Amino acid sequence: MTRRRVVAASVILVLVVALIGWAVRPKSDSWRTESRMLTVQTGPTGTVPISLDTTLYLPKSASAEHPVPAVLMAHGFGGTKDSVASDAEDLADHGYAVMTWTAEGFGRSGGEIHLDSPDWEVKDAQRLLDRLAARPDIVKDAPGDPRVGVVGGSYGGGLALLLAGYDRRVDAIVPMITWNDLATAFLPEATGKSPTDGVFKKQWAGLFFGSGGESGGVPGSSGDTGADAGTVGNGSVPSRGVPGRPAVNPQCGRFAADICAAYLSIASTGHGTDEAVALLRRSSPASILDRIKAPTLLVQGQADTLFPLDQADANARGIAATGTPVQVAWFTGGHDGGLGPQSDQDRTKYLMLRWLDHYVKKQPGPAPDTSFTYSRISGLDANTDGVVALGYSVPSYPGLNGQSRTTVDLAGPPQPAANPPNGTPAAITSLPGVGGGALSSLVSGRATEVPGQHASFVSQPLSAPFDVVGSPTVQIKVASPTGEAVVFVKLYDVDPHSGPTLPDSLVAPVHLTNLPRSVTEATPVTVTLPAIDHRFAEGHRLMLSVATSDQAFATPAQPTVYTVAAASGVTLPVVVGTPIASPNVIWRWVLLALVIVLAVGIATAILVARRRRRRGDLAVVAGYADTPLVVDGLRKEYADGFVAVSRVDFRVERGQVVGLLGPNGAGKTTSLRVLMGLTQPTAGAIYVFGHRLVPGAPVLSRLGALVEGPGFLPHLSGIDNLRLYWRSTGRPEADAHFEEALDIAGLGDAVYRKVKTYSHGMRQRLAIAQAMLGLPELLVLDEPTDGLDPPQIAEMRTVLRRYATGGRAVLVSSHLLAEVEQTCTHVVVMHKGEKVADGPVDDIVGDSPTVQLDVSDVDRAEAVLDGLGVRGVAWDGNDRLVVDLDGTPRADVVAALVKAGVGVDRVVPRRRLEDAFLSLVGGDTKASGER
Amino acid sequence: MATETTSHPAGTDPATGATATAGGPSAQGAAQGYRAHRTLSFATEFRRQATRRRTQLALGFMVLLPLIILIAFEVGNRDRSNRRGRDGFAALADIATSGGLNFTLFTLLVSAGFLLVVVVALFCGDTVASEASWGSLRYLLAIPVPRARLLGIKLLVALAYSALALLLLTATALVAGTARYGWHPLRTTVAEEIPAGTALVRVLGIAGYIAVTLLVVAGLAFLLSVSTDAPLGAVGGAVLLQILSSILDQITALGSLRSFLPTHYNQAWFGLISSPVQTDDMVKGAIVSLCYATVFFGYAWWRFSRKDVVS
Repeated sequence: MTRRRVVAASVILVLVVALIGWAVRPKSDSWRTESRMLTVQTGPTGTVPISLDTTLYLPKSASAEHPVPAVLMAHGFGGTKDSVASDAEDLADHGYAVMTWTAEGFGRSGGEIHLDSPDWEVKDAQRLLDRLAARPDIVKDAPGDPRVGVVGGSYGGGLALLLAGYDRRVDAIVPMITWNDLATAFLPEATGKSPTDGVFKKQWAGLFFGSGGESGGVPGSSGDTGADAGTVGNGSVPSRGVPGRPAVNPQCGRFAADICAAYLSIASTGHGTDEAVALLRRSSPASILDRIKAPTLLVQGQADTLFPLDQADANARGIAATGTPVQVAWFTGGHDGGLGPQSDQDRTKYLMLRWLDHYVKKQPGPAPDTSFTYSRISGLDANTDGVVALGYSVPSYPGLNGQSRTTVDLAGPPQPAANPPNGTPAAITSLPGVGGGALSSLVSGRATEVPGQHASFVSQPLSAPFDVVGSPTVQIKVASPTGEAVVFVKLYDVDPHSGPTLPDSLVAPVHLTNLPRSVTEATPVTVTLPAIDHRFAEGHRLMLSVATSDQAFATPAQPTVYTVAAASGVTLPVVVGTPIASPNVIWRWVLLALVIVLAVGIATAILVARRRRRRGDLAVVAGYADTPLVVDGLRKEYADGFVAVSRVDFRVERGQVVGLLGPNGAGKTTSLRVLMGLTQPTAGAIYVFGHRLVPGAPVLSRLGALVEGPGFLPHLSGIDNLRLYWRSTGRPEADAHFEEALDIAGLGDAVYRKVKTYSHGMRQRLAIAQAMLGLPELLVLDEPTDGLDPPQIAEMRTVLRRYATGGRAVLVSSHLLAEVEQTCTHVVVMHKGEKVADGPVDDIVGDSPTVQLDVSDVDRAEAVLDGLGVRGVAWDGNDRLVVDLDGTPRADVVAALVKAGVGVDRVVPRRRLEDAFLSLVGGDTKASGER
Repeated sequence: MATETTSHPAGTDPATGATATAGGPSAQGAAQGYRAHRTLSFATEFRRQATRRRTQLALGFMVLLPLIILIAFEVGNRDRSNRRGRDGFAALADIATSGGLNFTLFTLLVSAGFLLVVVVALFCGDTVASEASWGSLRYLLAIPVPRARLLGIKLLVALAYSALALLLLTATALVAGTARYGWHPLRTTVAEEIPAGTALVRVLGIAGYIAVTLLVVAGLAFLLSVSTDAPLGAVGGAVLLQILSSILDQITALGSLRSFLPTHYNQAWFGLISSPVQTDDMVKGAIVSLCYATVFFGYAWWRFSRKDVVS
């Protein structure tokens, strides 16, 4: 590698490393944190001291002169302030002071879990507002009234709503995946009965209670504003209380006694008492919606069997009823679906920032619109191995009844369905607590039904797709021998190929009483199915399933057989949303521009190349126009500084066979490479018929060459190689003179064999034939006799001599003196990259006046020779003398020596070229590369 | 030494370099019948490559692979009910036998990551390097085939063979899959099914997008091909870079830097089986691919047109 390349490579390496370093450089935070345990006075009387574990994220720009707005950020159930750390950092980065704290009963905070009770958790939050109001670096609307928004998911979202209802100082709230009424969330009933008649959602309730008993919450779920820590007791043996704290009731963990008692009562009976329901309702925003004046952005998850979409719908309607601005957004995650795809997270984050920026930061500009946005899984995400969701928007929130309603008929006779004893075996629709997986909705959508325990009613294949956004309704009739029935109504989407799926795993539990024994006497009841966002594709069927059991719910223990009939078709709420335009449309223009630039660039390059070729050097050096080859001051220096040819001049005239003679490495091949346009000379020029030779010069077409050995496609036969080669020249086939060429090659039938089976000599002959294709006016052969037999060499000589007649010329390079002498008419001797001699062979070859004598006695022989009057005698090692006879006949010299008693072993006449060669080369036959 | 020059008389067609008067050499001194733009035609180079065993084997394997996959599905355990697809691969593998289009999609999915990379690297990386190693490159240049033309034709033919391989793979999978599993709408486990007619267009679109992403491999292999005499080095080098890029893409800590990796958007064609179609990632992927390919091809061209051919 040359130094230049090393430098270039180093520069590139440094640039790449610098770029990567710049991209991943640690960014300094734009905020600082203040963590402390705050003691607040709380409780019904406001006098119970509770210590709260808090962290305030404060933008570094905040000061008394430049106060900043604040955000209270509440965590989910089972979490701590650390669960929302990354969201808090994000908001702090956007210029908000963010107060996070661990709610009462969790983590290091004191107190007990009161489920966002207005007397406890809400009061805690009010005290935190007081603290914010006391800070000079927080913006205030009035003394004691900080400019503050409240953000939280699930448990935190409930707190946001309740705090906004109890404290007018709150300026905006963003409650996410939270409840409207805890009682209806845990004791739902889809025909509109009160929670006291509801069906107990036992799995979720158990999870909730279990994770609340675990005091530490689930660590490490940072950035998860949305979800509660929803794993079963952290997957470990429930440890009630924290080591080092006073022992607590093992039954209740850190739950407050009243909450614990209510749970135990509901969970053991499966029914909610009036007291328990009243207690849950105190912790529910439903009771205070009319008091919420803070603009509210409600974000609810579509894959959420804990707090389904109707909870958010109730909140939205209740808050909007008093004229408070409300925006609703749905996303594909939730307590079952997790955070949802990135596109959903981006959308909800965007909406939240827009909401806070307007209502809390009071950024100028019009109020954010209150369009309703939702999303739908649209395909696989190539980059995260998850799914992607496409967002849709509708100008205003349509509620759960859709923009329009359409009814799809169901068919099926009344069917019996057995209620299993103690609810086992039960249908499995959802798996509470395992949510969050990328494709959990995909997996959980495959509900399993228990044979014999459900009735199903199927529609005809849909003639058109339906975009259902909201709660479908259906009328069913149920008969029960006990007069009572708990059934679970589900609406499946039946794909003709892959079978039924249950959109978002949602189930409508129905508790019916006063039922007749016969289904014909039963009165139809209207069931409001869970709100969904789902497209029922064309060709799919709807299937209404009425099951008697569901693993997630408590059901009557008594085995019974119900009879179920569908009393109406399914009424579907339809919403036609506009897909939210991708913010990345710009890239399409970039791509278009790139394609255009490339097309124009390529076209320009081709045009420029054509023009350059057209304008190509037409100039002919007049003096050389009829000379096949003129090499003029050629010099070739390689990039690493090695000089292969320092200066060479010679000519090849028509009719000549010129030998380029020199030891290995004399620069012969390099000269020929330049001659073929393979390398560029450093200085000097080569003219072929007066045309200056540059790589690819058209005049090369008048030149046939064999340089550095043959080059053939080994998998083709000799003849195919020649034909394809000629075809590559694009010249007429008749011009090729294949016959002559093959004749010269003399390969016989071997030309039909693959070249890879050839011997070295056969390849060499084929290569000479290829060089002669088209009978070029100048033939350049590099070591042509390499690998040839003596008879073939002899034949080659005549071929070359004959070729040069008729105005053509041949240039043969060789390191063999004899070959040049016998083949060529002219010779150029090169050594160490320079021409050392040239001229007609006859001038140089021929008898030289010197002779080499091998004698028995060198000293006496010298004396004898001196006496003969020869011009010079040189000792050439051992018994050898080189004698310049200067006209004295060799016979006389030998006779004189013999007469003098000197034994003569050999008399070798020397020729001039050899002398010239050896003397020029000086016995130093090292390659020029070793100079 | 006489250096007086004469401009050649008019009456010649400089564009073609041929004289109006037949018989003699042209204005540029070319032999009779020689025209630069006729040397090494696309058809000739296509034939030269077609005669090569590796071309025939690579293309043959493209036909064979779908059949092997088909047989594997047939003899394999048909009970896949307990497989729970949690990623795109499983989502497509589970339903590969639900129709010819799904089968084609699966075949493309399993081939795009490595097999097609190797095949494209083979066609583009071998083309110049093998001529250099045979020694035939210098004879082509001495014809003379202009270097830009040699490169252009070689590249076009290599790309044509790459496209042919992709097309053969797709077509065979489509024909074999349809013959065995029938002509059904394209299904995925997450998105809506796509009617067969539309799906065929989408599958072709996917093949087209894969072709665009493979331009990066083609470019690098071609660059290496003009830089080395070792065909295997060129092929291996291109494949290695692809593997390196895939490994780096797994390191999420690199964050947005990964978007600049040539393989980052390789599976963006998932967007074409979404409903509605999502093209954002494909657009970005196409931009990244074209940028890399342009740099590689451009550098290859620049390098070759200035290079001393010493092999």
